[in-house]
Amino acid sequence: MTPAKKVIGEIVFGLLSPEKIRKMSATRIITPDTYDEDGFPIEMGLMDTRLGVIEPGLRCKTCGQRVRDCPGHFGHIELAMPVIHVGFAKTIYGILKATCRACGNLLLNQKEIEKFRKAYEEVVRRGENTSNFAKEVIKQASKASKCPYCGKEKLPIEYDKPTTFREAGHKMTPSEVREWLEKVSEALGDDLKLLDINPKVARPEWMVLTVLPVPPVTTRPSITLETGERSEDDLTHKLVDIIRINQRLQENRDAGAPQLIVEDLWELLQYHVTTYFDNQTSGIPPARHRSGRALKTLAQRLKGKEGRFRSNLSGKRVNFSARTVISPDPNISINEVGVPIDVARELTVPIKVTPHNLEEMKELVKRGPNPKPPAGVKYIPGVNYVIRPDGRRVKVTEENANVVADRLEPGAIVERQLQDGDIVLFNRQPSLHRMSMMAHKVRVLPYKTFRLNLAVCPPYNADFDGDEMNLHVLQSEEARAEAEILMKVQEHILSPRFGGAIIGAIHDHITGCFLLTYKDKKFKKDDAIRMLSAAGYRGKVEDEMSGKDIFSKILPEGINLEYKAKACVGCEKCLKEKCPYDAYVVIKDSKLITGVIDEKSIGAFKGEIIEYITRKFGNEKAREFIDRVTKLGIAAIMIIGFTTGIDDEDIPEEAQLQIKEELEKAKRKIQQLIKAYNEGELEQIPGRSLEETLEMEIMRVTGRARDRTGEIASKHLGMDNSAVIMARSGARGSMLNLSQMAGCVGQQAVRGERIHRGYRNRTLPHFKKGDLGAEAKGFVSSSYKKGLSPTEYFFHSMGGREGLVDTAVRTSRSGYMQRRLVNALENIKLEEDGTVRTTTGEIVQFTYGEDGVDPMRSIRGKAIDVDLVLREVEHGK
Amino acid sequence: MASKATINALIKKGLSKKLAEKVAEYYTLTQLKKVSYEELEEKIGKDAKKVFEKLGRKIEGKEKKEEGKKEKRKGKRRKKEEKEERKIKERTVKDEILKILKERKEYLPPIVVDELAEKIESKKLHNKLRIIVEKAIEEYNKHLMEPFEACGMVAAQSIGEPGTQMTMRTFHYAGVAEINVTLGLPRLIEIVDARKDPSTPMMTVYLEGVYRVNKEKAKEIANKIEVTRLINIAEIETDISNMKVIVKPNLKAMERKDIDMNDLIKAVKKLSKVEIKEGKEKIEILPKDENYRELRRVSEEVKNLKIKGIDGIKRAIIRKEGNEYVIYTEGSNFEKVLELEGVDKTRTITNDIHAIYNVLGIEAARNAIINEAYETLQEQGLNVDIRHIMLVADLMTSDGTIRPIGRQGISGEKASVIARAAFEITVDHLLRAARKGEKDELKGVAENVIVGQPIKLGTGSVELAIDVKKLGKVKK
Repeated sequence: MTPAKKVIGEIVFGLLSPEKIRKMSATRIITPDTYDEDGFPIEMGLMDTRLGVIEPGLRCKTCGQRVRDCPGHFGHIELAMPVIHVGFAKTIYGILKATCRACGNLLLNQKEIEKFRKAYEEVVRRGENTSNFAKEVIKQASKASKCPYCGKEKLPIEYDKPTTFREAGHKMTPSEVREWLEKVSEALGDDLKLLDINPKVARPEWMVLTVLPVPPVTTRPSITLETGERSEDDLTHKLVDIIRINQRLQENRDAGAPQLIVEDLWELLQYHVTTYFDNQTSGIPPARHRSGRALKTLAQRLKGKEGRFRSNLSGKRVNFSARTVISPDPNISINEVGVPIDVARELTVPIKVTPHNLEEMKELVKRGPNPKPPAGVKYIPGVNYVIRPDGRRVKVTEENANVVADRLEPGAIVERQLQDGDIVLFNRQPSLHRMSMMAHKVRVLPYKTFRLNLAVCPPYNADFDGDEMNLHVLQSEEARAEAEILMKVQEHILSPRFGGAIIGAIHDHITGCFLLTYKDKKFKKDDAIRMLSAAGYRGKVEDEMSGKDIFSKILPEGINLEYKAKACVGCEKCLKEKCPYDAYVVIKDSKLITGVIDEKSIGAFKGEIIEYITRKFGNEKAREFIDRVTKLGIAAIMIIGFTTGIDDEDIPEEAQLQIKEELEKAKRKIQQLIKAYNEGELEQIPGRSLEETLEMEIMRVTGRARDRTGEIASKHLGMDNSAVIMARSGARGSMLNLSQMAGCVGQQAVRGERIHRGYRNRTLPHFKKGDLGAEAKGFVSSSYKKGLSPTEYFFHSMGGREGLVDTAVRTSRSGYMQRRLVNALENIKLEEDGTVRTTTGEIVQFTYGEDGVDPMRSIRGKAIDVDLVLREVEHGK
Repeated sequence: MASKATINALIKKGLSKKLAEKVAEYYTLTQLKKVSYEELEEKIGKDAKKVFEKLGRKIEGKEKKEEGKKEKRKGKRRKKEEKEERKIKERTVKDEILKILKERKEYLPPIVVDELAEKIESKKLHNKLRIIVEKAIEEYNKHLMEPFEACGMVAAQSIGEPGTQMTMRTFHYAGVAEINVTLGLPRLIEIVDARKDPSTPMMTVYLEGVYRVNKEKAKEIANKIEVTRLINIAEIETDISNMKVIVKPNLKAMERKDIDMNDLIKAVKKLSKVEIKEGKEKIEILPKDENYRELRRVSEEVKNLKIKGIDGIKRAIIRKEGNEYVIYTEGSNFEKVLELEGVDKTRTITNDIHAIYNVLGIEAARNAIINEAYETLQEQGLNVDIRHIMLVADLMTSDGTIRPIGRQGISGEKASVIARAAFEITVDHLLRAARKGEKDELKGVAENVIVGQPIKLGTGSVELAIDVKKLGKVKK
């Protein structure tokens, strides 16, 4: 049925010989005009229909096919005089330097040549760089002053960029160069390899062009503007220029015009051909469009990020994809993605019709492209296209649905619209790691956004401030199987970067679980039922339950864990189970005995419980747990109630006074330091100047002051404070943020130093010249809540701006680093024999990572969890 | 402001948030590992003790004074004996484990074997040793990476992805507050680029023998290392009216730097095109050509005249670390420093990877890359498995030289023309390929993506087909 797959085995590069150019040419091009008055392509013009067609309706004269099927054919221009190919000018220079003008031999004696031949074999055998070797040969050969074979004197060769060669000051014409090169390829034969040229595919004289291939029209299509005007491609423009000058050159030469005029035209032809290849050649002005825009010629088409290679070949546009804004949906599983009905109707999955599913497919096709769902159902899939066994694609409409369905036969393909359970790829740029593209199961939902579970935000690095994401529908059975087994979200709960969980609860999930399990909170039966049913628990519920009991219900059986929670403050002596902060977590036989559940237990990047479940019970169970724990967290936070506002940062008056005093103290201290400095009594830190010492000391004092005010403020902010709960549980924010809001913002810094630039000897005109005090150098003693004074606000903006610039620079720098890393390492894989090799077979490591362990399966880097092994053996498992 | 990453890392170590923030204000994680107790105490007060405990460091000095020296020695000896005894026991357990492994023809990494031996010994689980080892083998084999995994790609992503979270700030105080070191993203880029000269070269010089414990002796070495210029030890005046440069040596400074007059004069005599007049307390230097330009040249030359030290080392600072003295230097000259007597050649390190390659060879360079990159990431509080970094380091050093990641290195030496053209400098690669008649065998990833074929990694490495005949049998 499907034709045998064609495989490209290898690609060989080489130069086109003039004969070959003529041979592959469909026609010679002679007229610079493109279309006649009727808008038909002129024969032997640049748009000749033998070069392929771009207008619908016309047939190609070479292959007889229509627009989409005709691949296009080359033509050629016979150049009146030869010109040098810019790309090879340097190579030509090398050859001219190293060879004799009279006999074409290398300017080396037999012995030297023999030595170089041997050395060449060695270089090839070692797989080293032959270009560097050639440079060596040229260097050696150009030392000679006389040809060792014919005795002709060697004149010095100069090279003027981009395409001029001089022999002892005399300018050589391309014809002369070509003659010389012909002699060289004759004399050297196989020895051309010493100059890093393969004579089988690239004879040096071909580097001077006598015939120019004209690319098919399909590669340079003209566009018809709305006004009916034709706009030609840049390449066509350039080719027109070349033909014009070529014609004039020919005419002038044939008419026997003065040498000067011929030479000028020749030069001009060289210029046009040069810019036709590369319009950014250094040394000559780029050819411009009438509007003044530089033309985009051959080299520009290939080069760079928007060039053919990176933009069209390494990255390809695809069908069966969708993109829209994302929004959260806590009610779907992490494995799922909510797809809007509008999108689902557009995207399709191909289903092959077989005798087994024929009837079923007929029913499906009968529905048409926009079926009306039965009562109580929001959406049923329809069919957009049917591909008949002969390959014809039939659009299914409401009108022809029944007819198409009746004609359906095995071998046809039905393109069914998305339905729940279809597997799709979901992606958010920038795709920095493999978790940026994961497989989800479709849930067709109303409204216009993609919906995703909050727990998968960390791997995608997504939030909902307008982020958009892409979705791709898989089109083959093989692809779907691979996606299902390798790419599903649950397969990526553990990150290969460090072997820990990367998917887990965030924000409110953590706050919810924290509130639920903190100390011994009790819940009434109906509250407990509400929470547990939301979390998907089905089973008995006791009359009055503690939060810890409720949480225990959703833990899978057989969990034994002991660790310190995020809330741990790091007491001098850990009281373990008796921790006054309830920060020592003990789970015994899946029962939470002590400790509070917070970021360290269930959070993304940290979640101990998630890691444990994934390793012990597998991905499926882990997914289930994440789904449940996030729902439980949300149910809990809803029942307990949670809010935060500016009054969370209220602190009593006495504390404010204390803070003020602390700040005064710091300022006094700074004044003392300055005084000491002015009087030369400041003790210098070795290796630092006096000024630097002073700055360091002051920075220390201001830092200390901020900490102290933070301490004072947080003394009055207890665990009944919502903001504190969020910070302590790791849900959002930090105590530092809080102390900046309630206490004081602290020293603003640019480049790690106090702010010192601005006006002469002062930062702002508000201060005295030479003032080294706290306020004058960017210390913000107000809190965010209190509000900043104008000068403070200004300094704060300076610090903030630095942060922004930093981020902007960082993204581009790290992006480039990653591109290089990926490019260097993309070919490396682990082989069956345990060695790590490149795809060309070079060994990089004999054992991956010295122990062969997959970082994703490691226990945070360790090969195996010895403690776990011992514990399990101890408990007689 | 302290870096968030450091704070988080400290909290992970078990410090309270408040304390962590305070500590992070002064130090980064790497610094903390080196800072002395006294210094820490001075900065953060009593909490220093807590920090040291959490970081698993021993407090020197303070307790030393409290305890009687003799008792300590005794205790030390007892402890040593105990330790030795335990080591012997562990050895036997280890041998036992290795025997089982040999018997079963299985493998466990040495670090796992050691850990097993230690923990079996301390938990007295000798009778269950066999079951434990078997269980460990099972676990280990389960954790192995699967064949055909694109481990290179995973490594590249694992190192590249956290790059966006790193700081750009170039300078930070490391180890010693006095020395600036490039950290964060710029440093990481420097490492993968395999730059010839790091932007902030630095050395940690460990000492041996008497130099290790004697501050004076350590100072001696530091003086030998550090470049001392004339301006550092003398006052230099330019007398324009008499066309001469006057050098007034500062005897105190000279003594501190361990330089005597003879050294100084010897150095000055090396100057060219000048006449030297030695006075009692000063040296006069007269340029032979009497003009202002010459005078200025001489004056500059005199100021920068090297009297002593090793080229490239701008500063050397002595620190007490544990019970030994260590010298940190700004600037690096690995080869010359290793030649000095009293320098511990086995521990002294530099952050100049090429210097390590030149002096110690490619394996050492590979380790240096791993250590430098790993520490850079750790210092930022980023968790990246060391195996990824090893792979990058191994690739960079796999041909016996240090090749940078990028167009001058690994990417530029790829076998495939298309892959090279797709990366950078497209046109040149294509032209060269045409001239040489290069063949692209389409073995790599990029080239197969370009021609639209399945890549030969992961699931693309294998082909599966169903044997229909056998399938029939199964059905029955």
